[in-house]
Amino acid sequence: MDAKRRDFLKIAGLSALAGLTAPSAMHLLVQGPVVANASSTPAHGEAAAGGHEEAPATGVRMGMVIDVKKFGENKELAQQCVAACHSTHNVPDYGNAKDEIKWIWTEDFTHAFTDQSHYKRNTALHELPIMTLCNHCDNPPCVRACPTQATFKDKKTGAVLMDFHRCIGCRFCMAACPYGARSFNWRDPRGKDANGQPFIKNLNPEFPTRTRGVVEKCNFCAERLAVGKQPACVEACGDTGAMVFGDLNDPSSAISKVLAENFTIQRSAALGTKPSLFYII
Amino acid sequence: MYDLGKIIPGLIVFVGLVSFPIWYNGGNAGDIPKPEKPVNAKECVAATQYMRTTHMQMLNIWRDDVVREDGARKGATVSGTEYQRSLQNGCMKCHTSKKKFCDACHVYTAVTPYCWDCHIAPQETN
Repeated sequence: MDAKRRDFLKIAGLSALAGLTAPSAMHLLVQGPVVANASSTPAHGEAAAGGHEEAPATGVRMGMVIDVKKFGENKELAQQCVAACHSTHNVPDYGNAKDEIKWIWTEDFTHAFTDQSHYKRNTALHELPIMTLCNHCDNPPCVRACPTQATFKDKKTGAVLMDFHRCIGCRFCMAACPYGARSFNWRDPRGKDANGQPFIKNLNPEFPTRTRGVVEKCNFCAERLAVGKQPACVEACGDTGAMVFGDLNDPSSAISKVLAENFTIQRSAALGTKPSLFYII
Repeated sequence: MYDLGKIIPGLIVFVGLVSFPIWYNGGNAGDIPKPEKPVNAKECVAATQYMRTTHMQMLNIWRDDVVREDGARKGATVSGTEYQRSLQNGCMKCHTSKKKFCDACHVYTAVTPYCWDCHIAPQETN
């Protein structure tokens, strides 16, 4: 044999290279260059804006309109909503802001709408309590961040839900959420404070608690929707119209009518998370 | 073999120590647990033998189906009685005592499922 080891290695190397690259080269030639696009939405600019005009009208997408003025008129309403939610879902009150668990809470305008200009805004606006809860984004960053798929988008309602059984407490979702809608249980929710008072004042026997080391957030009252009830906060508002809940993809729903008739804003819509919460300011 | 006089007695002592629980109890496995059956219900969601061996898998299926897959929250027994596919709001509505039902076998077999870290057990009435 005349073939030298050097020649053999050259041919072997070239063949390996060709074998590895040929399929992807063929793929490129046949289909054209692939544009890197993380989102499945084709209209990239439109999706990034997350504005009101675009609506991927597939399936049900539950959303909420919050009338901030109504909460300004009735100052107690906000706290009633918080109390209704937190007692329904056994949300612990650890008594300090650092460990606070919140499913629904009030924020001032400056902190709720960080993307808005606050220069020379009317003073009345800053005194209004803005009800904030999980935005149940149509493009939720927390779902992408979760390594165990403990948080996921519900197929039936479009809400962003949590499977507490699966949460490993890595808190990636908390880092991913731009709205601060997620809280981590640094302490045992079933525990007691220094005065011997339990962190959960009134235990709802129909709903579980969480354990230490688990993240929690608003679940759009999935357990209540499943039995045909409205979310606890919406129910607490009664017929004041301060909160309207319904299917955003249904053009004949009450929420769609409210949205069509009023000027609304979303929290940090420019991030492209497509929040399902709308505010009438 | 070297040190035969040490190894053989050593082995006998070792086997004796390891098997201590068996011969100390005289081969008796202890009182077999008798989980208390509910008085108000006549049938369970599945056959007794199936429930005895497979209730944990069934609960996991319920969990994934209800929480993640938008599955039915209600089921029906063979004779048509509706029940909630839920540990807290289903099972424990008939089996009203965790101590007398769940714990009876779980303590005996030394298993500690973490259901009750989150789920709320019914109030024990004594």
